[in-house]
Amino acid sequence: MHASHAIAAGMGGMRTSGDLVGRMQVTRGMRLDQAKDHVAAKLGVSRMDLSDPLVMREVRREHGLGFLRVDELAFPDEPGAIEAKFHIAEVLDVPINCVERFRARVGSAGLS
Amino acid sequence: MEAKIVTRMGDGSRLEMTASEIRADIEDGVAAAVKRAKVPPLTADEIDHLCDIFTSSTRFSAVDVGDEIVLSSDGTCSIDAGSMTDSLLVYQNSLGADILELAGSDYSYKAAKTIATLEAHNMKMAQFNCTAPLNYGAMPDLGRYSQPDGPITNWSELMPLGRIDEARASQEAAIELAMEDMLYVCEHLWEGGADGMDFDTAGASGDADLLATLRTVETLRERYPYMGLQVGMASEMVLGMHGQLEYKGRRLAGMWPHDQMQVVQEAGATIFGPAVNVNTTRSVAWNTARACTLIKPCMADAKIPVHPNVGMGVCGVPMTAFPPHDAVSRASRAMVDILKIDGL
Repeated sequence: MHASHAIAAGMGGMRTSGDLVGRMQVTRGMRLDQAKDHVAAKLGVSRMDLSDPLVMREVRREHGLGFLRVDELAFPDEPGAIEAKFHIAEVLDVPINCVERFRARVGSAGLS
Repeated sequence: MEAKIVTRMGDGSRLEMTASEIRADIEDGVAAAVKRAKVPPLTADEIDHLCDIFTSSTRFSAVDVGDEIVLSSDGTCSIDAGSMTDSLLVYQNSLGADILELAGSDYSYKAAKTIATLEAHNMKMAQFNCTAPLNYGAMPDLGRYSQPDGPITNWSELMPLGRIDEARASQEAAIELAMEDMLYVCEHLWEGGADGMDFDTAGASGDADLLATLRTVETLRERYPYMGLQVGMASEMVLGMHGQLEYKGRRLAGMWPHDQMQVVQEAGATIFGPAVNVNTTRSVAWNTARACTLIKPCMADAKIPVHPNVGMGVCGVPMTAFPPHDAVSRASRAMVDILKIDGL
């Protein structure tokens, strides 16, 4: 059922910018238009680009926002998983709970 | 003779209807919502568009390019794909999930309390591995606090005996216990790094169930300014199991989606999920038209995202564990095209 919804109406998650727009809804309670406008402005893309996997792959790579690995396109030196969320918090100007906790736990041993 | 179109009933079974029959069903679904909830009908253009969606013979239907919405979920770790984190990654990497949700097999905050520290650890490990927003979800599940599952005298047994005051007192006592458990679990999961909490099927045990949820959301909002708080409803109308409970001066019993949205928003939630029950004896077209009509009043007044629950047996999706793509995609598209929803 999730696959049906994803193909019929979903933004595409990390293939595009669905997770980024979703994060603005989860954390900031932004309605869809507001969330799309916010993410598009922060990334310097159009709203139409937000659901385009080709455009967003390059944009995500440029900003270090994480992207899905496929066999032909694996970039082990790019940020992934929680690493990418540090960049997402900064680029979208939104607090991310696990990032804050990671930073606090690592403390002076790791991050400035 | 008018051609037959393959479509579905609310239980998912296949049937054939003519375009005229489908249009009549859509108009009847709209009328049923108007009569029941005293909401305005859909416009003629909206009804025409629903007819276009449901009279198409294509296997799949989808929104226009550029009109995509955010997908949230009630549990994205329930598939057989190894650990919870493995399942979450399948949803993130393969199923296009925009928002993930960690949840226990026993989807209840009361049950989650007994393993809250373990769930918090699962959350912490999952957050290391996932990039998409990751919530924790469960049901408020007020009924579990009544005997024999819980400590409180069962209000459903008291009411038929005419012991109404005692039934109400039982529900009020259960609210306190449910709030305590929900807050306990949410605080642990927040410590584990959760992005937010989902209170799914709020109001399943009636107005007291919803009140416990609203008070919990309000408390969490005061304590954690940027915690994501999603409230998904159990049904289209709040049952008055207590009947006299109010939230900020508004009686909860009998509330329809528009009023539900307002109290959820006022409590401090960041996402509201209306649910409209499916009538399995009517067509998917009838059910979707009815759901759109009931939810439409929410859309103009909402200040937070509205994600209608389009899972099994709600908002037009057939009541079956394996909903067919043709039916799900039409319900999905109708919600986006007619209501301009923020997510599903």
